[in-house]
Amino acid sequence: MPQSNSANSVGVITPQIAQFDEPLTLVSGKTLASYELIYESYGELNADKSNAVLICHALSGHHHAAGFHEGDKRPGWWDACIGPGKVIDTNKFFVLSVNNLGGCHGSTGPTTTNPETGQPYGSDFPMVRVRDWVESQARLADRLGIEKFAAVIGGSLGGMQALRWSIQYPERLHYSVVIASAPKLSAQNIAFNEVARNAIMKDPEFHDGHYMVKNAIPKTGLMTARMLAHLTYLSDDAMGEKFGRDMKGDEVGYNYKPEFQVESYLHYQGEKFSTTFDANTYLLMTKALDYFDPAQYYQHDLAKCLDEATCKFLVVSFTTDWRFSPERSEEIVDALIEADKDVTYARIESEKGHDAFLIPIPRYINVFGAYMNRVVKDLKL
Amino acid sequence: MTLRSDLNIIQSWVSPESQVLDLGCGQGDLLSFLKQHKKCKSYGLEINPDSIVSCVEKGLNVIEHDLNDGLQHFKNGSVDTVIMTQALQAVDRPDLLLEDMLRVGKEAIITFPNFGYWRTRLFLMLKGKMPMSKTLPFNWYDTPNIHMCTFQDFEKLCREKGLHILDRTVVNKDHQESLAIRTWPNLLGEIAIYRVSR
Repeated sequence: MPQSNSANSVGVITPQIAQFDEPLTLVSGKTLASYELIYESYGELNADKSNAVLICHALSGHHHAAGFHEGDKRPGWWDACIGPGKVIDTNKFFVLSVNNLGGCHGSTGPTTTNPETGQPYGSDFPMVRVRDWVESQARLADRLGIEKFAAVIGGSLGGMQALRWSIQYPERLHYSVVIASAPKLSAQNIAFNEVARNAIMKDPEFHDGHYMVKNAIPKTGLMTARMLAHLTYLSDDAMGEKFGRDMKGDEVGYNYKPEFQVESYLHYQGEKFSTTFDANTYLLMTKALDYFDPAQYYQHDLAKCLDEATCKFLVVSFTTDWRFSPERSEEIVDALIEADKDVTYARIESEKGHDAFLIPIPRYINVFGAYMNRVVKDLKL
Repeated sequence: MTLRSDLNIIQSWVSPESQVLDLGCGQGDLLSFLKQHKKCKSYGLEINPDSIVSCVEKGLNVIEHDLNDGLQHFKNGSVDTVIMTQALQAVDRPDLLLEDMLRVGKEAIITFPNFGYWRTRLFLMLKGKMPMSKTLPFNWYDTPNIHMCTFQDFEKLCREKGLHILDRTVVNKDHQESLAIRTWPNLLGEIAIYRVSR
């Protein structure tokens, strides 16, 4: 088993569930009377509870960031960076990883039973925004007695949560690490999301979002959505290197079945995703992305918005990321500089596109690791 | 911590608790000194990955940035002093960068090697080849120093742009001053440290 022979793994992990009965009023105005959050933790919380790090996940992510679930062969999605002696060192930090509200991996979301109807929420699950996630994560921190995080860390949509934390609860984090992210989506980003949503909602099996009651799944739509999104995570170079124009067979078949390796790959990714992810959660997550724009409450002045922050920042981007390009990260950096905040910025050379943030690229690991060591040193952990 | 002697001259020109921007901050020795001893608030721009990690280890604000892309990260008059050591001659447009430095900062401190140094002149005259020395160790085709100038050239540029030279220290390659260098700087000085403002 991989978990037993890997010295730098957090080992076998069992997720935990926290039940909240205090109603949560969402930004949309709707209220969740009660909800559950599923989370995992790695490492030990120290006596004064000062070594907690919160990991925020991206669109299709979840709470299982590191280690192995019983019987699993593959570790959590960020196992490359979380573990003993790794960048986010579990010998030093107590690492908390939560499945966001509205998710489909155990936290309350569209697949949960709606207490009012006795049926799954489906599309009746209220839309949540990044602010609501931060609020729910803060409540979980309260529950665990964590007053202030050593760091809140996230990539992509997770980076947006780390950014949002810095202005929503400035007194509750020392460091914010924002990786491969953006201060808001561009028109192109929103457009991609809309194509994905359209594919899902136009699937005849979607049934206005109440497909579970009908024992159906909008599989084709979800698959198409994922295929589209997946290619925005890769760079032209990365795809070229991985697949080129390689074909499955020796000759062209003059038909419309997948013939090129890249086609098979996308079909495989879409297929896999469509059986493990909930379509309503996908819709909800893409909307949370679209709506994210913290500067809108500050006359669209990001520097004024980030002026609320008191933590220090690490911002990281990747050269071939065209979903959230380095220029988008630099908007954050520029605003932080304008607001006189402590910020370090690294623009990592990589051919891996947006997905680079999940990959242990040596330069990325070096600078990220050096930064996390600084957190340890600064907070005397 | 002891500073390299040119950096020591530079730090003496920086006011305590001022805002400093260091272009090509390297491993952050100067910024680290200014942070500890003068409580300066600073940002460093750097492009070398290892140097960036060194700066992170020192707890500095380091921004990965190519100086040839200008200083668009920074607003007009946002810092007190912009420092650039031994990089003026290596950028695409030293004149534009100099302007940008004084757009962002109230003052600029700049050091660069003097192409009018007598050994450099002699090298070209006697050997008929592009000068090479300990301070200029590169071949003409692979040198990062693409815009070499003399002190006179630099001062002419400052005059044309209407910039004021507030201080000038000219030193040899060991960063030492002497009476002879003060008398004939453009001939005997190897490195100059200028403090300029608008």
